[in-house]
Amino acid sequence: MGAGIEELQRACDGHVTSATEADAVLGVQPSWVASPASTQEVAALMRVAAEHDLAVLVRGTGTKLAWGNPPKRCDVVLDTRRLDTLVEHAAGDLIVVAGAGRTLERVQQDVGGSSQRLGVDPPRQGTVGGAVASGSTGPLRLRHGAVRDLVIGMTLVRADGVVAHSGGKVVKNVAGYDLGKLLTGSFGTLGVVTEVAFRLHPVPAGQRWVVADVASAQDAQAAVQDMVHSQLMASAVELDWDDGHGRVGVQIEGHADAAAGCADEARDLLGSGATHEERPPGWWDEEPQWTAALLKVTHEIAGLPRLLDAIARSEQASGLRAALRGSPAVGVGLVGLRSNTDSSGDARAGSASGDAGSAGHTGDPSGDGLADAVARFTESLRDDAASFGGSVVLLEAPTGVRERVDPWGPVSGIDLMRAVKAQFDPGRLLAPGRFVGGI
Amino acid sequence: MDASALAAALRSRLGDEAVITDRQRLRTYECDGLAHYRVVPALVVLADTVEAVAMTVRECARRGVPFVARGSGTGLSGGALPHADGVLIVMSRMREILEVDRDSQRAVVEPGVINLQLSEATQPLGYYYAPDPSSQQVCSIGGNVAENSGGAHCLKYGFTTNHVTGLELVTPQGDVVELGGKAPDSPGYDLLGALVGSEGTLGIATRVTVRLTRSPESVRTLLAAFESTDEAGAAVSAIIGAGVIPAAIEMMDALAIEAAEAAVQCGYPEGAGAVLVVEIDGPRADVEHVFDEVERHCHEAGAFEIRIARDDAERALFWKGRKSAFAAVGRISPDYIVQDGVIPRTALPEVLRQIASLSTESGVRVANVFHAGDGNLHPLVLFDDSREGEATRAEEVSGAIIDLCITHGGSITGEHGVGADKAKFMPRMFTDEDLDTMQLVRCAFDPDSISNPGKVFPTPRLCGERPGRHQGVHQLAEAGVAEVF
Repeated sequence: MGAGIEELQRACDGHVTSATEADAVLGVQPSWVASPASTQEVAALMRVAAEHDLAVLVRGTGTKLAWGNPPKRCDVVLDTRRLDTLVEHAAGDLIVVAGAGRTLERVQQDVGGSSQRLGVDPPRQGTVGGAVASGSTGPLRLRHGAVRDLVIGMTLVRADGVVAHSGGKVVKNVAGYDLGKLLTGSFGTLGVVTEVAFRLHPVPAGQRWVVADVASAQDAQAAVQDMVHSQLMASAVELDWDDGHGRVGVQIEGHADAAAGCADEARDLLGSGATHEERPPGWWDEEPQWTAALLKVTHEIAGLPRLLDAIARSEQASGLRAALRGSPAVGVGLVGLRSNTDSSGDARAGSASGDAGSAGHTGDPSGDGLADAVARFTESLRDDAASFGGSVVLLEAPTGVRERVDPWGPVSGIDLMRAVKAQFDPGRLLAPGRFVGGI
Repeated sequence: MDASALAAALRSRLGDEAVITDRQRLRTYECDGLAHYRVVPALVVLADTVEAVAMTVRECARRGVPFVARGSGTGLSGGALPHADGVLIVMSRMREILEVDRDSQRAVVEPGVINLQLSEATQPLGYYYAPDPSSQQVCSIGGNVAENSGGAHCLKYGFTTNHVTGLELVTPQGDVVELGGKAPDSPGYDLLGALVGSEGTLGIATRVTVRLTRSPESVRTLLAAFESTDEAGAAVSAIIGAGVIPAAIEMMDALAIEAAEAAVQCGYPEGAGAVLVVEIDGPRADVEHVFDEVERHCHEAGAFEIRIARDDAERALFWKGRKSAFAAVGRISPDYIVQDGVIPRTALPEVLRQIASLSTESGVRVANVFHAGDGNLHPLVLFDDSREGEATRAEEVSGAIIDLCITHGGSITGEHGVGADKAKFMPRMFTDEDLDTMQLVRCAFDPDSISNPGKVFPTPRLCGERPGRHQGVHQLAEAGVAEVF
């Protein structure tokens, strides 16, 4: 590996530094941090990695580094933040092409001047590449679809250093396999995404929010179903749920002169007590409160009350308390876990370091007890997953949980996925072990 | 291959009437909607169940025999063109809607279900299936999945790939795998994303879970007539530029209008150099305001006549001209090529001028019909095959149009697929490395390249070593039970 460093330096025009403890990923210490500034530099870097059998882990701003399994090994952290070019914003064509290291926030600024937006609004706002690699999801997914639906083209560097493109700069395109979808949500295990072309949407001039309290799982279901089946075509339907009750928030967008009327209709649908707001509620597009762990859950739209019941059962099984925030009209949400003794409030753990939930963040139970409890919650919720028709993935968890429970859970089609990984990365250089089934 | 041995093996399991070997009957399946490619398959299997499909594929896999799945056979790129030494697996008998789950906004269907039938079945519940290819009265959802079919309304509602949330797949080895379901974001790679639009090269879908879309409260449609495509194009730019996403925005030029009139008497305004059909849908209050804006933009861009559909019947008439356009050019030309290319929408005026000069220079007439909102062109290149050289010249013009699309940063196909027809154009749009990388997916799913071989890619990739796969002499061959073909 000693020989590799000079070649790495050459590949990245000198932008390689020794890694520090802060660069560790779930306890795995890399040797170097490389910061290439172009697709060509990434390709050169991957050729060096392939030649010297260096394992590479791609990192943007690091907001989601603690998700998934620890890598089996990690020699080089590939920092994408210098890949931050705005390649093109064709306002008339409603597309943007950006380097993987450009932050979502900057991309929204880039296109916002033209009253356009990228329909990706996750609670954790990192880079474009991070949003793509993890398949970020936020409230506007109901209107604009998932990240995978907005990616129209991609440049990637394979594990062997070969540069490839898929898709293009037009929204409608069925030429060849859609590698953009395959790479989206692949957690950096198939290739290094260096540039992404997205479809944009105009920002509607009229925007309103309607919020209603829901006192039970049945209430929540009724409110969500009312919105799902209404013809108001809400841009977002969000649920904030904790301790057996919560709030449903609805975002109505449209023509400047029509949105208020539509929001009034939504308020009437949601019954007495619903309020019509000109601003989003304070909890909008935030993660649920958590100190111990954060999980992603999916469900059939109509499976919401069964999910909420299952969460309550898992709270009992684990002794932890759980809060849900999500997009029930899409069928996706985040569950935050905290120990029973934690005070509610702003106790959310910072997570950008990639060392989520050391036991010190939490009250009782702590250490092994906490890890046991999180594992029990996760297993209990998975046991019920068939009832709500979805899946349970552990994102952030204290030390020790990942030894007790597979963060990804059962995966259908795993043999095909292994075959895909074996084709794209036969030497297992890219984030080995991070993804489902230890891919 | 020894077709009779394979046929006998399949008959013993599927029954006699599910396996066709009679040459006359086989010829029924020699082409899909792109009729100038014709190949008679070695045999045809009419599949009723996933077990039948899996069994057929396993028999093919162990003999190294290629197979091709076929839905309704309406594809326009030869994606379901049979293989002369292979099995054509006809999916159209699997046409049951297995489940409609209104509250989860999903339906589970067999692949042979006709696209429009699903919308008709769910319409009483206030729902429909959004992807609406022009062939929706006859095309199958399995075929839509293979081709990632679009339609006039995909500008707002997306393509098949945005509406499929689950598949049951028979892999090219004959294994049955469940991918996705009614919930989104199954853990793992987005194999659904790779499969939808893979044109049958990664296996056969035997069950499909799709999104159902709530029917809009209000739909309003207008027909605007312009002197020229330039003016109509300016109207499109103005509408999109104002932040409107119409449900559909379709353009036809003078020659396409002439053809449609001859075929279906749609009564479009006389003397129009171009017409736009614009449809706005959504909540009533929103639609009213947006529709007024659209009308204003059409006027300002120079529309000399604007008709607003007063009811469903009139809306259907507006659409009739547009939806019949492909077949209609048969009225004004004995032969024609339906082209399918995409350009960035803002390049529309320039590309149309270039197509016009291609037409003038070559003497080949080109009628233009397109989904203007997303830059998806369907130039219809007219010729008379009975006149020497015309077919060749038409092919050249058609190819030159595709080159124009590539030059402007677009695509060689927006919705018809690559199939057998456009594999040769793939290297113009993608580098060797791009194509090689796509074929890594092929190698993962189908290392022996038996699932619809010869489509999409101009040259197959050698898949190299395959850990964990059977190699060497097959045990049955070794035992003398089966021959190696």
